[in-house]
Amino acid sequence: MSLSQLPAAAEIVERVQESASIFTLRLRFADEDLQSTYCSAPGQFNMIGLHGVGEVPISIISDPEEGAFIDHTIRAVGRVTHALSALRVGDVVGLRGPYGRGWPLDAAMGDDVVLVTGGLGCAPVVSVIDYVMRRRERFGRLVIIQGVKHAEDLIWRQRYEAWARAPDTQVWLAADVGGPHWAWDVGPVTVLLDHAEFDHAKAHALMCGPEPMMKAVAERLLDDGMPAERLWLSMERNMHCAVGHCGHCQLGPLFVCRDGPVFPYPVLAPWLQHRSL
Amino acid sequence: MASEPGFLPRDGLDRLIEVLRRDGREVIGPRVRDGAIVYAPIATAADLPTGVRDAQSPGAYALNAASSAERQFAWANGPQALKPLVFSPRERLWTSWHAPANGLHFGAAAHTTRPTAVIGVRACDLAALDLQDRHFLREPYADPAYRARRESLFLVAVHCTHPADTCFCVSTGDGPEAAKGFDLALHEIDAGFVVTSGSNAGAEVLASLPLAVPAEAQRDEARAGVAAAAAAQTRRLPARDLRPALLARIEDPHWQVVAERCLSCGNCTAVCPTCFCNAEIEEPVSDGSVSEHFRQWDSCFTAGHSRLHGIVVRADTLARYRQWLIHKLATWHDQYGRSGCVGCGRCIAWCPVGIDLTAEVAVLCDDGEGVAP
Repeated sequence: MSLSQLPAAAEIVERVQESASIFTLRLRFADEDLQSTYCSAPGQFNMIGLHGVGEVPISIISDPEEGAFIDHTIRAVGRVTHALSALRVGDVVGLRGPYGRGWPLDAAMGDDVVLVTGGLGCAPVVSVIDYVMRRRERFGRLVIIQGVKHAEDLIWRQRYEAWARAPDTQVWLAADVGGPHWAWDVGPVTVLLDHAEFDHAKAHALMCGPEPMMKAVAERLLDDGMPAERLWLSMERNMHCAVGHCGHCQLGPLFVCRDGPVFPYPVLAPWLQHRSL
Repeated sequence: MASEPGFLPRDGLDRLIEVLRRDGREVIGPRVRDGAIVYAPIATAADLPTGVRDAQSPGAYALNAASSAERQFAWANGPQALKPLVFSPRERLWTSWHAPANGLHFGAAAHTTRPTAVIGVRACDLAALDLQDRHFLREPYADPAYRARRESLFLVAVHCTHPADTCFCVSTGDGPEAAKGFDLALHEIDAGFVVTSGSNAGAEVLASLPLAVPAEAQRDEARAGVAAAAAAQTRRLPARDLRPALLARIEDPHWQVVAERCLSCGNCTAVCPTCFCNAEIEEPVSDGSVSEHFRQWDSCFTAGHSRLHGIVVRADTLARYRQWLIHKLATWHDQYGRSGCVGCGRCIAWCPVGIDLTAEVAVLCDDGEGVAP
């Protein structure tokens, strides 16, 4: 039975509490062969299951070529993720995957890469940031734009500071509500697009976060002259099976788990125009 | 494959059942149970609903046993199609358990099936089975449980001669005559059955039956039976791809009119032979040492169906009915190359408030092509 149909045990080898509700689990399959052959692409996800509780789809943030571990950053918002948040190093989860189609890194090769994320949205693109950083010469400018609701929601401050020091890399952050130690912008994430410097005709914009945010950013970038097919959105929906069978993740004709979660904007545009689809 | 038709007298049905039972097949056929015709194991032709007719209308299903006719298949359909036989209403996918010494283990559920022959399959349900095949057998994630059951089936179609008032398979192109997807197909006429095969396995069974060459009059009667069934249908969907019309009406105020009647109960999805949504649930045993992971039928009419970390994407009945109907008649074309509706009419009969898909489509998409009342 393949890892797409049956979970395998994976041990938590490291756990980081990123904020009050966000935590990162570093996982490693108990079976050495599975760990050494496991391979994902940036933007794909795994189903993480807790014995006796259930499963949730979670983005893979580790670099696929790093191989030794599989990292997942998770926000405790529901029944399963709250239970996962109580786990400690040495505990074991079920893991099956990877699933879905990830980011278009081959298409973006040689071009500027603009990452626009909101909330915990940064997590699905961390693998892209790492991917580009490790292959810096193969890409143009790297623009990292992140918006949060409240200043205290920002995780990975040190990582942003480190990324900002990297060559040809820009980091722009904004909070809807700032705070005493907030040195960046206050306002919607779209204001950051005024600051970002990249070649609109030769860039790919990769977005992840709340749908209204992604829609607003996509429309702004289209207004700025970016071709629609260079805009990419990572979508979320309820997912049970991860292989396009259970029907929960449908958005119009799309099975988000199987056809996505990353889609080119023209595929999504008709469905983002309407409420409650 | 396709054979010359043979004539099986009515009292030959038991011989058919007997032949089907060879090779260890379980034989399933229509039976009257709890006031409806359902597919269940049968031992002899006496178990079949002889002389039983069904009366269906929006929100109503009733059997009429008063008919004096001797026919066994003089009914349209019951609440079930073939769906429960291939896509189980509830099944275990895997089990996980903690072994004290060496951690967590996962074991896949075994897919034990036995060869099964189904008698009395309708054309609409064969079309629905084909759609379920396209969904569950699509590579690279073909479902092993579905595949095992699907491959165990031997299907004996009976061309429909008694459509219900709720039927509209002519307009979807799926009936009343079964065109493909069967091993054997029977035309029921007064004296018995005109039989053809549709597969090698069907031809083998056919060769074991005491068949006569059907008289030309019997062939005519067979053809006339399905022609009359087609002519008797009063409901219809527009005979075209409804995708453009429905997608242009996503914000139509009529969805709210339907939502005010719809109970969001999910009956339509439970009886629909093509609906495939399912939920995965975890059921630990009481001491927590073992946990079973199940899959069971689900419905897009429930709040949980679209729940997404704290929000429900389709939070009201309007959004859910719209999702169901637009998926069924519009976006199914994108996914599987045709509409997801086969015209069986079950969603109309089994809706507690009698919402009629064809009538709602007539309001939403009426462009002068005319839709029956």
